[in-house]
Amino acid sequence: MTCLPAQTDKKLGLVIDLDTCVGCQACVTACKEWNTGGHMAPLTDIDPYGGHADGVWFNRVHSYEHTTELGGRTVNFPRSCLHCEQPACVTVCPTGASYKRASDGIVLVDEDKCIGCKLCSWACPYGAREFDADVGVMKKCTLCVDRIYNDNLAEEDRVPACVAACPTSARHFGDLGNPTSAISQLVEERGGVALMPELGYNPTNRYLPPRARSERAAKVDAPALEPIKAEGGFLGWIDRMLSN
Amino acid sequence: MHPAFSVVIFTTATGAGYGLLALLGLLGGLGFIPADFWLGLVGMALALGLIVAGLLSSTGHLGRPERAWRAFSQWRSSWLSREGVASVATFIPAVLFGIGWVFLGKSGGWVAAAGLLAAAGAVVTVCTTGMIYASLKPVAQWHSRFTLPAYLIFAAMTGSALANALLQGFNIGSNAMPASALLATLAGWIWKLATWRHNDQLEIPTNANTATGLAGGTVRSIEWPHTEENYLLKEMGFRIARKHSAKLRRITQALAFIAPVVLLVIAFALPWPFAAIASVLAAVCQLAGMLVERWLFFAEAKHTVTLYYGR
Amino acid sequence: MSKTAPRGANSAPSQRPLADTHAPNEGDGVDTSPTVSDRIAKTTCYMCACRCGIDVHIKDGKVRYINGNKDHPVNRGVICGKGSAGIMQHYSPARLKKPLLRTGPRGSGEFREIEWDQALTIATERLSTIRRTDPKKLAFFTGRDQSQSLTGWWASKFGTPNFAAHGGFCSVNMAAGGLYTIGGSFWEFGEPDWDNTRYFMLFGVAEDHDSNPIKIGLGKLKARGAKVVSINPCRTGYNAIADDWIGIRPGTDGLFVLALIHELLKAGRVDLDYLLRYTNAPVLVVQEAGSADDGLFVRDSDGNPLAWDRVAKQPINAADPEAKSALTGSYEVGGRRCVPVFRLIADRYLHESYSPDAVAERCGVSADTIRRIAAELAHVAFEQTIELPIAWTDWAGRRNETIKGRPVSMHAMRGISAHSNGFHTCRAIHLLQVLLGTVDVPGGFRFKPPYPRCAPPGPKPAGKNARPMTPLDGLPLGFVCGPDDLLVDEAGRPVRIDKAYSWEAPLAAHGLMHTVIRNAWAGDPYPIDTLFMYMTNMAWNSSMNTGETIAMLTDKDEAGAYKIPFIIYSDAYYSETVPFADLVLPDTTYLERHDCISLLDRPISHADGAADAIRHPVVQPDRDVRPFQSVLIELGARLGLPGFVEEDGSAKYRDYADYIVNHERTPGIGPLAGWRGKDGASIGKGDANPDQLQRYIDNGGFWHHEFVDDQRYYKMGNRAYLDFAVEMGFIAKAEPIIFQPYSEPIQRFRLAARGHGKVQPPDAERGRIEAYMDPLPFWYAPFEEDSVDLEKYPLHALTQRPMHMYHSWGSQNAWLRQITSQNRLFVHRQTAAGLGLADDDWVWIESVNGRVKGQIKLIDGVNPDTVWTWNAIGKRRGSWGLKDDAAESNRGFLLNHIIGDQTSADANGKRYSNSDPVTGQAAWFDVRVRIVKCAAEEAGFTEPQFERFAQPPNVEPSPEVLHFGAAFRMKREAAE
Repeated sequence: MTCLPAQTDKKLGLVIDLDTCVGCQACVTACKEWNTGGHMAPLTDIDPYGGHADGVWFNRVHSYEHTTELGGRTVNFPRSCLHCEQPACVTVCPTGASYKRASDGIVLVDEDKCIGCKLCSWACPYGAREFDADVGVMKKCTLCVDRIYNDNLAEEDRVPACVAACPTSARHFGDLGNPTSAISQLVEERGGVALMPELGYNPTNRYLPPRARSERAAKVDAPALEPIKAEGGFLGWIDRMLSN
Repeated sequence: MHPAFSVVIFTTATGAGYGLLALLGLLGGLGFIPADFWLGLVGMALALGLIVAGLLSSTGHLGRPERAWRAFSQWRSSWLSREGVASVATFIPAVLFGIGWVFLGKSGGWVAAAGLLAAAGAVVTVCTTGMIYASLKPVAQWHSRFTLPAYLIFAAMTGSALANALLQGFNIGSNAMPASALLATLAGWIWKLATWRHNDQLEIPTNANTATGLAGGTVRSIEWPHTEENYLLKEMGFRIARKHSAKLRRITQALAFIAPVVLLVIAFALPWPFAAIASVLAAVCQLAGMLVERWLFFAEAKHTVTLYYGR
Repeated sequence: MSKTAPRGANSAPSQRPLADTHAPNEGDGVDTSPTVSDRIAKTTCYMCACRCGIDVHIKDGKVRYINGNKDHPVNRGVICGKGSAGIMQHYSPARLKKPLLRTGPRGSGEFREIEWDQALTIATERLSTIRRTDPKKLAFFTGRDQSQSLTGWWASKFGTPNFAAHGGFCSVNMAAGGLYTIGGSFWEFGEPDWDNTRYFMLFGVAEDHDSNPIKIGLGKLKARGAKVVSINPCRTGYNAIADDWIGIRPGTDGLFVLALIHELLKAGRVDLDYLLRYTNAPVLVVQEAGSADDGLFVRDSDGNPLAWDRVAKQPINAADPEAKSALTGSYEVGGRRCVPVFRLIADRYLHESYSPDAVAERCGVSADTIRRIAAELAHVAFEQTIELPIAWTDWAGRRNETIKGRPVSMHAMRGISAHSNGFHTCRAIHLLQVLLGTVDVPGGFRFKPPYPRCAPPGPKPAGKNARPMTPLDGLPLGFVCGPDDLLVDEAGRPVRIDKAYSWEAPLAAHGLMHTVIRNAWAGDPYPIDTLFMYMTNMAWNSSMNTGETIAMLTDKDEAGAYKIPFIIYSDAYYSETVPFADLVLPDTTYLERHDCISLLDRPISHADGAADAIRHPVVQPDRDVRPFQSVLIELGARLGLPGFVEEDGSAKYRDYADYIVNHERTPGIGPLAGWRGKDGASIGKGDANPDQLQRYIDNGGFWHHEFVDDQRYYKMGNRAYLDFAVEMGFIAKAEPIIFQPYSEPIQRFRLAARGHGKVQPPDAERGRIEAYMDPLPFWYAPFEEDSVDLEKYPLHALTQRPMHMYHSWGSQNAWLRQITSQNRLFVHRQTAAGLGLADDDWVWIESVNGRVKGQIKLIDGVNPDTVWTWNAIGKRRGSWGLKDDAAESNRGFLLNHIIGDQTSADANGKRYSNSDPVTGQAAWFDVRVRIVKCAAEEAGFTEPQFERFAQPPNVEPSPEVLHFGAAFRMKREAAE
């Protein structure tokens, strides 16, 4: 049913630390390899070895340059479904294929109901919808719903594939609806932001902004070095130091 | 937004078809247009033909058209589903009206009721179509107060032009029909100009900063996630050069508005069959112009996802 | 919350599973617990040189999923972009299927399939003749080889000195610079103390050695809020997240570092106690210009270097723990004027030519920035010292109640080393570390066992007297300590085909693979018969001057015979090099083979423990291919090489797996250190254990020995560690390892250039040796800058591999190539504006060596005088299973075409390899270019273009659509 649940028991989502992401693509391929055999399998690749390669990817990493009067920074930016609280991709779906789970807030597609009208992709401002032209249906990030509750995985592995893979620890997972959860506290502490809040989709995922040139930046308040002015200059100083 | 041929055809054809259906239902049902077999047959065939052709064309946009029936289920939340329901529901009174008006040669009574219902259905369906676009927040050019009226006005306009061509063709001329077509065309023109003006001056709060959460300054894309264009870019990353767009706007105005206005004025002035020829030309010309207009409607619409790709 | 303590790198509370992982009752029919795999095989990744532990999930006989092994010391559960795309490497359509024999002209790609027996017979006959006549006519060069301990040993037993892997064109400056200075280096030799450092400087590191540990470490620094400073012309990857990015001009890092040293010395911010204890700073150096011992250490009769005891006012063994050594002054010992090393250091770097103001413009870094960084270094090193409450005892028995540390750490890699001044720049960085007292201390840079070793370490290169049917008296690669150790003949001519360890590259510890094709083609110093290569793309992205290299591979003499008579090549994929082979030995993928990641080779230890690992076949090949190492062992046996056959001539090892378990390099020491001894109870040394591989498999594919607390730091002088290192066979004696900021071995070469010693350089080489064999680090302009008109070629051109393809050619990989299949030339926005270039323009990139065409992308995050691109994205049509319209061969370009493989001619008309004059490291990053907008009709496609390769026999065309994973789902749903 494409009407949204009035509220969800949990608001599961991801937090992505843009201060730490180096753009290594680990989350991208980890996502691809898990999901191409997972709930929405396959993540079809069209023309995979040719000049118009076009695959289904649930997670893509962009690179930007962010320049302010304080200077510039290159920002690597992973983009995937934000599991919005007001996901228009769900409400526009004419068939009920798209839905938001009342239990955990995950936005999913029931492929068997999808007619491939693509309207959900038009309704998603974030580009989180991925059309599988070969199968003719829309696919998307499942927040690894087939991992996070999977009894066939060791308990410690029940996190989204992207979070498990991330070599710089830039990805976090949890219940953003619970203000006491570790992930909510991380967002609080680091001033996490929502994307395009003005559109009112109320995304669950948050991004932690880069810290360089902000009050949160790592700093060393070092006094300027003073040349040794003592008698004998540097060598004289050495001798005195050693004779102490 | 990518101006997919199927969707351009769909919205243009169904707009005109529902416009014509509404006029026939209203005017025929209430007897303003006399029940005439050939006129009715051609008129209803044209209206329903355009609608069916448009709907069929729209399924060309579907990945799994065989499941299209599922689209009727989510009318409570989805404008697309509502459109589906409304369009199919409209067929019932439309067909009844057609039987009564065309085959039984009746008007008034239940035929009038069916005609009015068909007209209402047509209006509702066009509204749902308009709302599909008007409700899409990621496309600022669509998510505006101009979109829904535009769909209604253009349906009325192209419907009137067709109705006028039809009546003129059958030499059932009164001045009311070409006058309405003329007025509707002028209204359409004004509305389109106003829409363009509005869109050209749009200050969209959503930009690369809000899309990435990187506050202040400039955010420039330096590398895409993948080298080649992907679905998002093919579907929503369409770009049109300003120069190209200006040219197409001129063509739109010439074909959809100016030429029909001139032709309709000529239709006033000249006797049959010249008036008929001018009216048919006006309608055809306008439909062609509306195809360009609809193509531009998509091509000039910028989806927020393009912000991620620096477009 | 997890019931057990969280394992692995990503185990912060915000990265753990939900407190309750039971699926909620959503009622949407989603199968939240699908079966993932039938079995999990734990092995070692080979998507790059990082060698992470991986869990390979096998479902229905196919690889379903690969994730990081949480227990593995290298990656602790994380996995990179390549590792996760291993499936597509394994199932690539570019895989070779069967041995191939060339039928068409060399380079055409026309082959016929042959059986393995025939292939091995052909190779054996050819090699056997070489071995009987002149073994050095075999040049055996391996590329991204992770079995150099075997391949080098094989070459030695064959009797050819002509062996090396790819280190010479990768990062030998870094390795040699470190090994000659501190007995270790970055990457596999050492790592920053990620848990304690507060100030981290990253020099010239893109995605680079080593992959995941750096990322894990950066994550830790970020989590702690430690400061990250990057010195790199490009603001990508790791540099993007630095708190301070210093966009230095390429090739000037050495100058920048020496200016930091200048500032620190001037302010007296150096760790004198550390210098006295752990370095040769107090050692006395003879200062007698013109004499044969000028610049050598003053030694006692036992050969111990002497220092000056400033209390006793007499010379003393510099290693005497009681010495009160002087660091300044000038003394006379045994009639020789001498000064402490430190005095030489102070004299040189306090000179105004190293002041920030003097270097700022050249470096493209403001003097204020240099001063600020120096001040920050000093502040963190000396005002934010840390102390770990762990008692330890030094080599001399001095007990310390705590471990003191200066939390400044550094890491440097290819951006530093791939310049013709890279060796000295690497030494300068180590000098900076040593002056700050931050090597192997808490918060500093830490050694990974088996390092540190003596600086320079152990064995010297063998091969001076290669003779028929005779093994070398050692391994082909090693470390020279002076001219006597060079591999040159009496006339001073190189012994090796690559001229390693000759006067042209004296400290060439990794060989010079990038010179082999030219030298073999030119017959300089001599012609060879067979070029035998493994896993290296020398006919494309692994060579400089690619077009000419291709021409040399196919060039014929007057008689119509190829100038390089025979080429044998082994690879798993149809690369650009395969078509140039006469005989192709198809290798397996990394999931189909045995391997060992050995402490004898390039170790995967970390600072807190020693480790090694294996690969084992987790799936069976579906083609007629064999693992290269097993093939090499069989060839060894067929050739009857000593060590590869029993006395009766039968093969000693069944295959590589058998070798891994049973080979002993020296008694008790074999390829693997874990579970040695008959019962598997020993580590390091012990008898072969027939059960060893199974023990590794049972342990997740690796062995790991964690140090006890008091062994973890000050390994160069820590008794507990040194004793352990001896026990393990890492070092011979538990003696302190003294860092060598002043390198006496290098000075010996300089003395030879001045006419001293019995091994003398040819006269033409004296000037070069005198200039570059400087015992203290110094800076000079990269060679290309001195020979090229800089007005005409105003820009530096650099390359880096994208992270998702680092150390791995990724274009045969359907997933990785989608991420990058066209490389742009990145140009600074202002520079482009000055040249009238706009975004997306197509340009000619021109150097003195030629031109190549590509498309530009404007950015801000690059040194304005530098342009750069992703390396090795451009591919040749017909290779790697790519279709003809692939971006790689139409829009991507290869910068290698315009990087010369030789320097410009010197006054004598001689052209040297485009390499560092000390180590022979390929100077990839010296190239100067200009960019010119191409004509409108030239836009849209790259040039130069090469003829399309024919496809190997029986290769199916690459698929139009890939539905990998669909089968798993169908089977899963069918089972429901």
